[in-house]
Amino acid sequence: MGRFILGRLAATLPVMGVVAVIVFLLLRLAPGDPAAILAGDAASPEQIAEIRARLGLDQPILAQFLSWIGRLAQGDLGSSIISNQPVAKLILDRIEPTLALATTTILFAVLVAVPLGVLAAWWHGTWVDRMVMAISVLGFSVPVFVLGYLLIFGFAMQLRVLPVQGYVSITEGLWPFLSRLILPTLTLSVIYIALIARTTRSSVLEVLGEDYIRTARAKGIGETQVLWRHALRNAAVPVISVIGLGIALLISGVVVTESVFNLPGLGRLTVDSVLARDYPVIQGVILLFSALYVLVNLAIDLTYLLFDPRIRY
Amino acid sequence: MTGSTAPSRLPARRPILPPALLNPGVLAGLAVLLVVGLAAVAAPYLWTGDPILLRPRLRLKPPFELAWLGTDAFGRDVWSRVVYGARVSLAIGFAVATASVLIGLVIGLVAGYLRRLDAVVMRIMDGIMAIPSILLAIAMVTLSGAGIGTVIVAIAIPEIPRVARLVRSVVLSVRSEPYVEAAIGAGTRLPMLLVRHVLPNTIAPLIVQGTYVCASAILTEAILSFLGAGIPTEIPSWGNIMAEGRQAFQIAPWVILFPGLCVAATVLAVNIIGDGLRDALDPRTARRLGALR
Amino acid sequence: MTEPVLSIRGLTVPLPRGADRANAIEGLSLDVAPGEIVCVVGESGSGKSVTASAVMGLLPPILTPSAGEILLQGENVLKVGAARLRRLRGSRMAMVFQEPMTALNPVLKVGAQIDEMLKAHSERLNAEARRARVLDLLADVHLPDPPSLARAYPHQLSGGQRQRVMIAMALANDPALIIADEPTTALDVTTQAQILKLLKELQARRDAGILFITHDFGVVSEIADRVVVMQKGRLVEEGSVDAVLTRPQHPYTQMLIAAVPKAEPPPPRPRQPPAAPILAVRDLTKTYGGRGLFGGGRAVTALDGVSFALQPGETLGIVGESGSGKSTLARCIARFVDPSAGHIRVGGDDIAHCTPRALRPYRRRIQMIFQDPYRSLNPRRTVGQAIIEGPMNYGLSREAALARAARLIDLVGLDAGALGRYPHEFSGGQRQRIAIARALAMEPDVLIADEAVSALDVSVQRQVLELLEDLRERLNLSILFITHDLRVAARLCDRLIVMLNGQIVEEGPTGSLFANPRHAYTQALFAAAPKMRAAETAEATG
Repeated sequence: MGRFILGRLAATLPVMGVVAVIVFLLLRLAPGDPAAILAGDAASPEQIAEIRARLGLDQPILAQFLSWIGRLAQGDLGSSIISNQPVAKLILDRIEPTLALATTTILFAVLVAVPLGVLAAWWHGTWVDRMVMAISVLGFSVPVFVLGYLLIFGFAMQLRVLPVQGYVSITEGLWPFLSRLILPTLTLSVIYIALIARTTRSSVLEVLGEDYIRTARAKGIGETQVLWRHALRNAAVPVISVIGLGIALLISGVVVTESVFNLPGLGRLTVDSVLARDYPVIQGVILLFSALYVLVNLAIDLTYLLFDPRIRY
Repeated sequence: MTGSTAPSRLPARRPILPPALLNPGVLAGLAVLLVVGLAAVAAPYLWTGDPILLRPRLRLKPPFELAWLGTDAFGRDVWSRVVYGARVSLAIGFAVATASVLIGLVIGLVAGYLRRLDAVVMRIMDGIMAIPSILLAIAMVTLSGAGIGTVIVAIAIPEIPRVARLVRSVVLSVRSEPYVEAAIGAGTRLPMLLVRHVLPNTIAPLIVQGTYVCASAILTEAILSFLGAGIPTEIPSWGNIMAEGRQAFQIAPWVILFPGLCVAATVLAVNIIGDGLRDALDPRTARRLGALR
Repeated sequence: MTEPVLSIRGLTVPLPRGADRANAIEGLSLDVAPGEIVCVVGESGSGKSVTASAVMGLLPPILTPSAGEILLQGENVLKVGAARLRRLRGSRMAMVFQEPMTALNPVLKVGAQIDEMLKAHSERLNAEARRARVLDLLADVHLPDPPSLARAYPHQLSGGQRQRVMIAMALANDPALIIADEPTTALDVTTQAQILKLLKELQARRDAGILFITHDFGVVSEIADRVVVMQKGRLVEEGSVDAVLTRPQHPYTQMLIAAVPKAEPPPPRPRQPPAAPILAVRDLTKTYGGRGLFGGGRAVTALDGVSFALQPGETLGIVGESGSGKSTLARCIARFVDPSAGHIRVGGDDIAHCTPRALRPYRRRIQMIFQDPYRSLNPRRTVGQAIIEGPMNYGLSREAALARAARLIDLVGLDAGALGRYPHEFSGGQRQRIAIARALAMEPDVLIADEAVSALDVSVQRQVLELLEDLRERLNLSILFITHDLRVAARLCDRLIVMLNGQIVEEGPTGSLFANPRHAYTQALFAAAPKMRAAETAEATG
């Protein structure tokens, strides 16, 4: 077990290293003068020179990288070109709505998708299965923001049952907090549900074809027992792993969803920084999200230990 | 010899793609795609007005006989813009799918066959996959300036690792097949070995994966343009039309909803075709693909 | 006569449209009396496994019996409802499957899986009583240390142990009928002998009827009271084991019995004058693993200092059970894996460690025939393309290669039309002939047959062995024949090497090795090999 955990921990290091290198090189390898690009079309030569100096772009590339990594190791993500505030602070200010949205979405998606996938596999080939698969393809196909606007149009503008946009912290009360998260959560979870339901279905279907399921049936135990005791636990690993891999989809979705619903989270921060070409902030958010993705997947790999005794020894 | 000995047998060669494809869903998907494709080709004959002509007096008009899908905040004809936008979306979907499949194929073959490079190459792929694809694309577009070429590159790069992983997994499973070992034993050199015995096994899964990449590229373009980090705003793409409809959404929802519907229908069509192709393939491959999506 | 525990009457199970025949089983009738072991014997596709699944009610929906009845102690299991069928399964009838590796749930402890049987059918027992019963059962099947074994997961057990667990599970509720579907096919011979002994012992104690499905007449002769022979879904012969083995009536039975390789070597071939060995292996060692990021770890030695020589024109058998290193040896010699240490001399040159480029000229001289005929031919290339690929790699013109292919395809007993067809159009035996032709097309010095007949039905196996015998005489082939089956080795090989744990434990001419095995392991192997009780008689008939 110790080997497994150590191995997984060790495997995340090179991945994080590669992420850091890519993020670093993105700016330096961009065609043309990155300082000029970041300064925008209307910038004066002085402004461009100032940006170049601030980002250290006049240094040799290796020196740039080493000092950048050094600062990164101390938690210094640099500071915004526009507002001059430290990127770390900007991120901390904006992280709460994003975490709230991500949490509700993951919970909701897993609670809906896993049962759907299991049902589809159990009723394989029937209308239940076809329905779930159809919903899943549809979920993969509708752009997140179109769905968001459709929901706003229906629930907030026509029915007027939910607030249109905005965010209220949970400290202001549970209902104001939740009511503003319902539509974003629905919007964001659709693609996630599609992904998890599909994987659950195929994983359960595969397990149901295994020899030990036939053994279980030969024992004369009930079909629900076969499903609960024998199939689901064996089918769990691919499902959990796709929940982790799906975090990537979720993060992309967060950026869009927050823009549609005007949630002041990291996604909005990213979009605002893109429009302002505030590269240090974009870079900080990318690093943060990538680290989050890697860590979540590390945690998920470790949960395999709970589901598959073969890994322990 | 081949021709003369077995002329009467129909399944002479095991087909790379089985014909069990023509289910109603796939046919519907093909039909939708055909319509969108025709619209893209014939855009200049279908539009009801110049898609980039500003008509200040006709701002935010709901659908009427001169502008079937209404007008946007600048008075431009939404229908004409949507028809024109089909060109951009299809071109990007196709270009991204082709580019990422070809590059991913080469990387996957290299990683799967040259074990020395495998660890390094796959760690780089893992690194790219760890960066949320939209963010990576946003960063690239921001730094390189908006343009169709930039957008294609920015969408294709995050897709490459997925293709490479798929190809690598096929290569790894095929290379331990006894028939590949038999060919090695028969002195077949590496390039020929890959072309004759390995590559044909990757074609079917790659076509399927390519379809999915195409669908996701159309979606991603829409999202990038919607966020203001995509196609230059002067080119009417589905994402751009919707981006410009954001401010006035509560007054003029049609500016977003109609192009949104087009994106959804096109992507749905491509996805259904992808699923049909996948189901027509070997079920094992299908599972592998399912896990990779 | 007592009432049979199982009585199948006129059972017919239709196959889906488009299959090679109309019915998987047709008008099958058989009885199993209490305390009796009835063996159902047949080759692949005979319908024997379908019979087993039909009795348990485990047939997939596409296979639904259309006629007949299956009476379990007088109760027709085809007519009872789903709930009743479930009650019967596991309590009145139980099944032991072929693959012990996959038949147990990998994420549940062994004890819990047996306990589940008791929970489902013996409601009177409380948790304490069930636990005691589980331990009794594990002890009954002679598993060591039942308390700790009950807490183990299946992957921690060997194949034989898992099969014992399966048997313990089947016995849990004292069923009247036990169905064993090829329960020893996936096991090594020594393990197989132990499991057969266990089954016989349990049956003597418990008076259950056993329906035993097998393809192996050796196993039949060891265990059966009565025999039912099936061919293409029909019963062709039935009788006591003595009657069927000594006086088989039906030609198919006679053919099957005659095809079983005898555990006695034929008279030795005339020895050729000693010459320089065509292949010499010295101190060959292969170690896997142990080079991870954290170093050390579990290094596995698959081959440990193996040395032998192969004379021109000789057939050398390498016999061993799974894990003995025999396949690793073959793959090292063919250089599909790189040996860790040692020498492989072909002619005069050591090829053990040369680079792929330097290796190329030698590739031609060592050719391999693989175990699985369904995976050793590229499904997308014609037989002709497969055969000419090698010769053309070494510079033969297309015409010359095609001419050679035509000659060889005739030599292995297929018609020339085969060259233009694709592998999926051929049966397993035919594919193995094609693989032989492909190997011979290279005009190799050494032919390695790695379990080349193990995946084939006995009748096909016999034909392929005959082909190899014939070719070896005609072409003076030097063959390295890797097998787990002593009987097959006896038939073909001039000399034998017995391997255990990566090492050679005994070596000698086939005749003397069979007459006088010296090493304890060799003796155990011989003792375990299923023997045909009526070998001489069968020979007279066949």
